[in-house]
Amino acid sequence: MSTDVKIPQELGHTQISAPKGVKLPIYMDNHATTPMDPRVLEEMLPFFMEKFGNAASRNHSFGWAGEEGVETARERIAKLVGATTKEIVFTSGATESDNLAIKGVAEMYREKGNHIITAVTEHKAVLDTCKRLEKNGYRVTYLPVQKNGLIDLDDLKRAMDDKTILVTIMAANNEIGVLQPIAEIGKLCRERGVIFHSDATQAIGKVPIDVNKQNIDLMSISGHKMYGPKGVGALYVRRKNPRVQISAIIDGGGHERGMRSGTLNVPGIVGLGKACALASEEMSHEAIHLASLRDRLRDRIMNRLDETYINGTMEHRLPGNLNISFAYVEGESLLMGINDIAVSSGSACTSATLEPSYVLKALGTGDDLAHSSIRFGIGRFNTEAEVDYVADRVIETVERLRELSPLYEMAKEGINLKDVKWAGE
Amino acid sequence: MSYSDKVIDHYNNPRNVGSMDKSSNDVGTGLVGAPECGDVMKLQIRVNRDTNVIEEAKFKTFGCGSAIASSSLATEWVKGKTVDEALAIKNMDIVKELSLPPVKIHCSVLAEDAIRAAIGDWKKKQGAEKPEAVATR
Repeated sequence: MSTDVKIPQELGHTQISAPKGVKLPIYMDNHATTPMDPRVLEEMLPFFMEKFGNAASRNHSFGWAGEEGVETARERIAKLVGATTKEIVFTSGATESDNLAIKGVAEMYREKGNHIITAVTEHKAVLDTCKRLEKNGYRVTYLPVQKNGLIDLDDLKRAMDDKTILVTIMAANNEIGVLQPIAEIGKLCRERGVIFHSDATQAIGKVPIDVNKQNIDLMSISGHKMYGPKGVGALYVRRKNPRVQISAIIDGGGHERGMRSGTLNVPGIVGLGKACALASEEMSHEAIHLASLRDRLRDRIMNRLDETYINGTMEHRLPGNLNISFAYVEGESLLMGINDIAVSSGSACTSATLEPSYVLKALGTGDDLAHSSIRFGIGRFNTEAEVDYVADRVIETVERLRELSPLYEMAKEGINLKDVKWAGE
Repeated sequence: MSYSDKVIDHYNNPRNVGSMDKSSNDVGTGLVGAPECGDVMKLQIRVNRDTNVIEEAKFKTFGCGSAIASSSLATEWVKGKTVDEALAIKNMDIVKELSLPPVKIHCSVLAEDAIRAAIGDWKKKQGAEKPEAVATR
């Protein structure tokens, strides 16, 4: 006897027509990058043609116009994070900012100590920088995270010793959106005289950040994660209480007070500044809106589908982030089924290494569920109609793929998949 | 990564999805891969014991689009073949047919493994059956 499973043909990828008010494809991968806000572009445009001057040209009006654009941007960024303008150093993006902060501190404070503390769920820009320093004789502690994705402050306390010169912990995680207890970490570091760097790429403009209230000494900022342009970022470097010094990693004309040489990317910097100005004005109500869209997406999906699991705490989380594992369905095949929607998966098949997400593994999520995860990044330009469409497409695709899944069939027969002796193991 | 049209076609319209009674004597079941690795294929065949021809094939797959396509294609190919002919199907034939990129070759390997495992299971059942048949004669 055989049982046939009917696969509805109309669920194929191109036949779907968008409901009213929804334009396909839908972009819901705002942790990867954001579209630029039109208001940002408008502000940048004069700096390509009319105001093209080199901001370092001190003796003519072309240079002054560029410098004015840069300094306005510096003020806007400083205002958003509670810093002063002299504490903002422009870079090419958050990866460079992370490198500059970590390598810059490591070199500058080499006499004081050689120990750095970070966490296993950091971005590769931090982890790989730390790995390189390990090769050069530095000691690095990689703190584990709890099931909710957050580090344990007691672990941090225990890891600190008299050789610790730097703690680098991200503000918000790029995969699961969890917000680390930055203020508590900052306080601990300040008490012990350890420099605290935070990669705040995902957090800036989404949740309030104040470098003084949170005792942050160094902080990485990116333009393109907050509706600004790509190729521009900044590093906040504390100037007093205490003064933090870093060695440059790019040498040259002595721009940015010697910390980062190279002609300034004036249009990009102007764009980053405008993005920060918009965030200062709009962040508080935008966060409420994003969280309501996110919760709507979560509820709609989870009310319909059983055995779906949220990765990371919902309590301390970016408003626009949702990361769900759909048991018995492999992430890449799910992405293929919703190919009119741009989201990401923690599945190995979507990575170059064939390893599932190291962030999800660090939470203790089994490899099987890591393969089944989808990251939704809701942003400024997503609508309620889009959220509903995405939820419905995810539900129908997961249901279709579960009918195709031997694991779902086995689980329904009451077989515990953990007890099965798998041939491939 | 973009998929070939054939992979997309198998993904959207998988052939021979389903299950057969794995306790049946003329059914061979192959279950290969592991959830931790992101791929599990179950491939089943029903074999005519007089002709050794695979008359029916079914599959279910947990895995990426290429894994689903590879197993779907495998069921199409084994159907109508004798057991020995089916054993001659090689993973590289699947790679060629579906234009799988190098990073997806393991999907085709798994599909070949699934065919072999299903045939192995069926053969085992036939072997176990025969002495019993002798004993009752």
